[in-house]
Amino acid sequence: MAAAPAPAAPAWTPDEPIIRVTDVHKSFGSFEVLKGMSMDVRKGEAICIIGPSGSGKSTLIRCMNALVDITKGSITVENQEVNDPNLDKLKLRRKVGMVFQQYNLFPHKTALQNVMMAPINVLKQDKKEVEERARKLIAKVRLTGKENSYPGELSGGQQQRVAIARSLAMRPDIMLFDEVTAALDPETVKEVLVTIRELAEEGMTCILVTHEMKFARDVADHIYFTDKGVIVEHAPPEEFFDNPKDERTKTFLGQIL
Amino acid sequence: MACDVAPPDVIAAAGCWILDHTGVNLTILHDEFDRRRFVSGIGMTIWLSVVSLFFSLIIGVVGAWAQGSDYKWIRRLINGFIVVFRNTPPLVQIFFFYFGISTLLPSVEDDVGMRQPLFSNIQWAIFSLSLFAGAFNIEIFRSGIEAVPNSTKEAAAALGYTRLGTYLHIVLPLAIRVCLPALNNNLVNLLKTTSLAYAIAVPELLYASKNIWTDAQNVPTMMVVLLLTYVALVGVLVWAMNAWERSMAIPGFGQGRGR
Ligand SMILES: Nc1ncnc2c1ncn2[C@@H]1O[C@H](COP(=O)(O)OP(=O)(O)OP(=O)(O)O)[C@@H](O)[C@H]1O
Ligand SMILES: [Mg+2]
Repeated sequence: MAAAPAPAAPAWTPDEPIIRVTDVHKSFGSFEVLKGMSMDVRKGEAICIIGPSGSGKSTLIRCMNALVDITKGSITVENQEVNDPNLDKLKLRRKVGMVFQQYNLFPHKTALQNVMMAPINVLKQDKKEVEERARKLIAKVRLTGKENSYPGELSGGQQQRVAIARSLAMRPDIMLFDEVTAALDPETVKEVLVTIRELAEEGMTCILVTHEMKFARDVADHIYFTDKGVIVEHAPPEEFFDNPKDERTKTFLGQIL
Repeated sequence: MACDVAPPDVIAAAGCWILDHTGVNLTILHDEFDRRRFVSGIGMTIWLSVVSLFFSLIIGVVGAWAQGSDYKWIRRLINGFIVVFRNTPPLVQIFFFYFGISTLLPSVEDDVGMRQPLFSNIQWAIFSLSLFAGAFNIEIFRSGIEAVPNSTKEAAAALGYTRLGTYLHIVLPLAIRVCLPALNNNLVNLLKTTSLAYAIAVPELLYASKNIWTDAQNVPTMMVVLLLTYVALVGVLVWAMNAWERSMAIPGFGQGRGR
């Protein structure tokens, strides 16, 4: 962050949006998946994105950590333009953690090792210090005692909580959750949601794609509804659920609630 | 033709006993010169195997990585290499290097002022065998790499891993476990293929045995000894590979599943 010769982004201050999505378009070949989406996320906010399957929710949040590059528009994370060919992806991904629907743990490493790997390999941090932190994170996601279990020996919900701890080990400023409970059975959904709720309450900036409406209503500061590549409407949860404006939102909520 | 040996040499005594009582002439037991030739033949076979095995694994790992390169010409180069070495007999490859390439290289002067080829026959054998087994290893590793789900690589990317970091820390350790059985086969094959170095006079097991049976006129005996020796060598390799496979097994993953 010292005087870098590269076009330095104006220093970000916490009163500005931590993520700023401006008119983002994304096409896969000739198929336009995102047709101009915009949103601002402030530090410490929990944002839920909901919408029918195929509406581009995953694509949108995957653009935020540059897993998918955008075709047009702009995304900034702490004022750093993500859509910049010279982007330092490591720097971005340190700030933005991501948890996936299928957990995607590294099957050849124990739970503890999964949490420790990236800080050691990527950030070259001291192993002892990382291990101490990793054990605390395992405890935080309520998996004390499972440190030495391999992913194949853990239930889906446990694996997903290891995945959350693994992301947190990088000390991100923002966490992205892509339908992280969709592959879980109903009993285990709760244990994962509790963990996420705690994170949000501690002030972690969270962006969640979810179908858990009750959770969204309880936890979200703001809800975005997407359909066919556009943001149809967005509002605080009470307003969104009790008083939806757009027909598409009403239909969707009618089907799901 | 009774043989005399110094009393403490039990192996030689055994050889003599066998010769006296059965007529089977195991000169590798009671003849010191033959025994030395034979043992050093085994040593050379092991040396060729271990060194070629090492380099072939490196070729496999690096080649499989380069096959995923963004540069088309690198991928083509690797594929060309694989085609050439997979589709030609290993003996022809050894001749190609030893008689073909070697003569094109400059020679060097040794300590006593003789012109010597830049590389010895042993070095050419190792070079050639490494490339031969390496070409197969690339293919084997690639199949293992392709078995690693994209979503796993994506998770690594999301944690800030570079492509190389993902390959070294995640893809390769998983791929190796997937392709160990195929790798096992190829390395056994490599050990057996070292016998082709005979053709360029590398004093490995087959070459040493042939010298012994020519001198001692015990062809059938040495044939049996030779076969059994290879069986034992391959047996040790297979045992080591299986031990490796077991040590790498992960509970709940692949072959480790269900434990
Ligand atoms: N890599 C890709 N290549 C081509 N098409 C893609 C790719 N990724 C996504 N798509 C398409 O983009 C559209 C939006 O996908 P996306 O995964 O963002 O939807 P989603 O809102 O997350 O849906 P779901 O609720 O089912 O997860 C889909 O029609 C999908 O087929
Ligand atoms: Mg999705």
